[in-house]
Amino acid sequence: MIHTHKFETVVVGAGGAGLMAALYAGQGSDTAVLTKLYPTRSHTGTAQGGIGAALGNLEEDRAEWHTFDTIKGSDYLADQDAVDIMCQEAIDVIYELEHMGLPFDRTPDGKIAQRPFGGHTSNFGEKPVRRACHAADRTGHMILQTLYQQCIARAVRFFDEFHLLDLLLSADGQACGVVAYEIDSGDLHVFHAKALIFATGGFGRLWEITSNAHSLTGDGPAIALHKGIPLEDMEFFQFHPTGIYKMGILITEGVRGEGGILRNRDGERFMERYAPNLKDLASRDVVSRAIYLEIRNNKGIDGGRYVHLDATHLGRNVVETKLADSAEFCKTYLGIDPALEPMPVQPTAHYAMGGIPTNVDGEVQRNAQGAIVPGFYAAGEVACVSVHGANRLGTNSLVDLVVFGKRAGKVAATYCQQNDWAELPAETWEPAQAMLDTMLRHAGNYNVADLRAEMQSLMMDHVGVFRTEEGIQIALTRVRELQECAQDITVMDKGKRFNTDILEAIELRNLLDLAEITAASALARQESRGAHSREDYKARDDENWLAHTYASKMDGQISLDYAPVTITNHHPKERTY
Amino acid sequence: MRIKMRIRRFNPETDSSPWWGEYWVDVEATDRVLDALHQVKWYQDGTLTLRRSCAHGICGSDAMVINGRNALACKVLMQDVGDVCQVEALRSMPLIKDLVVDMEPFFAKYRAVLPYLINEELPAAGERRQSQEARARFDDTTKCILCAACTTSCPSFWANEDYIGPAAIVQAHRFIFDDRDTAADLRLRALNDVDGVWRCRTVFNCVQACPREIDVTRAIGEVKLALMNGGD
Repeated sequence: MIHTHKFETVVVGAGGAGLMAALYAGQGSDTAVLTKLYPTRSHTGTAQGGIGAALGNLEEDRAEWHTFDTIKGSDYLADQDAVDIMCQEAIDVIYELEHMGLPFDRTPDGKIAQRPFGGHTSNFGEKPVRRACHAADRTGHMILQTLYQQCIARAVRFFDEFHLLDLLLSADGQACGVVAYEIDSGDLHVFHAKALIFATGGFGRLWEITSNAHSLTGDGPAIALHKGIPLEDMEFFQFHPTGIYKMGILITEGVRGEGGILRNRDGERFMERYAPNLKDLASRDVVSRAIYLEIRNNKGIDGGRYVHLDATHLGRNVVETKLADSAEFCKTYLGIDPALEPMPVQPTAHYAMGGIPTNVDGEVQRNAQGAIVPGFYAAGEVACVSVHGANRLGTNSLVDLVVFGKRAGKVAATYCQQNDWAELPAETWEPAQAMLDTMLRHAGNYNVADLRAEMQSLMMDHVGVFRTEEGIQIALTRVRELQECAQDITVMDKGKRFNTDILEAIELRNLLDLAEITAASALARQESRGAHSREDYKARDDENWLAHTYASKMDGQISLDYAPVTITNHHPKERTY
Repeated sequence: MRIKMRIRRFNPETDSSPWWGEYWVDVEATDRVLDALHQVKWYQDGTLTLRRSCAHGICGSDAMVINGRNALACKVLMQDVGDVCQVEALRSMPLIKDLVVDMEPFFAKYRAVLPYLINEELPAAGERRQSQEARARFDDTTKCILCAACTTSCPSFWANEDYIGPAAIVQAHRFIFDDRDTAADLRLRALNDVDGVWRCRTVFNCVQACPREIDVTRAIGEVKLALMNGGD
């Protein structure tokens, strides 16, 4: 059965960016939010350590310093005008979150509490600064809850457990709606919209060891890619230094912010060698590479593929109040009390710096020259503005969500007021229905879980922290074979009601398409910058590669184009911490 | 180690009533029950249906009854389940399929307590000030992830599904005791209803069930006290 709906603004995704966009779009347009989960299940809720803004509540701080740190952290690939907007607007948006009720921790005089975080400094790199506004180590949870609470207060319309299947563009290339699969009934729904905001989050499930939820399968960017929209800077994916060994579950950078120390098998504080100034609080790409190098040099604990994160000197009070969730993960999954024993950690795939290209108003770009797709917006991790460049600083994902979610929502509402409804294309639900029918009918030779596991292991081995041409090529070739295999699978569940079996198969296809684009973008970039570290091209090459990648796929062929980075005040310099 | 999974199955399209399915899985001692369920779904029977997302106890998707007790499947390790791991959907909620229940009645009760900060006055600049003591007053109840483990473990809820339940009271507590909020009276009035806070008989099942270790019964007790001390 096909259902049709008409909303001026349709937001896809109900994490921090989607909810913030919905709150603002809803002030000027009839708005609906679709999510394949319940809103409160979104991955924003797992963010721990804090949200950065130069409030200066505990010591002097300035937005310009935050801007500089973000640009330096990005290895000079971020667009500096966008970073400036983000760091300036972060301050007011934090106050706005507080006004909405967010229960930040407090300073002794009742202001929002702040703590140090990796790569955040005062006076252009001089020393660590307390900038991360926090609510224990569940800041993301508090942001997600607070924004959802506000959506309830303002009666935002939600379609919970609706899975995105297709993006609808009008004959003249305007965004005009989506097709979604109602998980409970198996029915297709066509949403006709004037403005469409994608806030579908990241795709860490490309990798074997990841901090990301099972649901982070990149449905939004994959579907945009299928419709001819390029994906920007996909070779830059952040590995967070401290995931729980083998599981990937995140241990917050706040542990190091509070004074935690990384140690190798000799007990050595090895970050002193890699980043003499900021040490354990250097940028995440720097720390992740250092851990890999320690492991490679046989300095992993007991010769294994992990190092220790030591918080035993911080005292039980700090561990149990400021780092409560991380402590609890260790107790639950490892049987370790971090107040008494060090935590075994390894880098874990964490955050997509790349994604759907947008400008600072969230408008989606359809090429490297910056032409936009009218009516189409993206915000949050799915989008590439680019404010994170080649490596994101800790806390800046949450800043990005609220600042650009808000901007996209506002601009979408204005667009709705100024524009008429674009006409839906001749076919809307038909291709999605045909895909579902084929998948249900086909008796194939492959198992979704097997294909997914192989892809994740390939990406971990060859398109992870360190990369070579040979390795990336191996991954790319095999990923293309896996894409073929993913057309020849058996979906065991043939039913309509809550068929998560077919959804996992669709998610796998989305992941494989993003794996191909990620590997192709990484293969082409012959330099090392931020999270993209090529062992065969070890240096950053500003002469040839100070550029954003735009990768698209038409008729089965990937094409790569490049756009210049916007530089305003900070000219690229050597990056040391 | 090899463990038998006993899973209560129900497919609304083919089954007239639920039945028990049995599956053997090979797991590590430190695997989660969620990993064992995935092993069944991915390699034995793709029709097995459950909700899950973050897999580390934060998103609240995978609350279910494991060996008779409410818990998140991603927070119970296989080394703690014994020889047989019996898994079924949350009780007293409309069953959709296998381990998936209809959450809408649960969220309707959540919405009924006005779960958002109400305060029309904004400071001239910056944040509202709040003392560390005032912030600590409601810290415990900010941890709630709306997984429904507490409410569906409560005998008062099993006996009367109109009871607003511990989760909604926890959410109300989070605002009633936030000194920035001005609408405690509204919430207390809603909780003073015949299906409100007084249906709590302090059985403490909710405290055992809560995967976030919230002292739920204490929070409910504080709401009761607030009602006796001047709420209407």
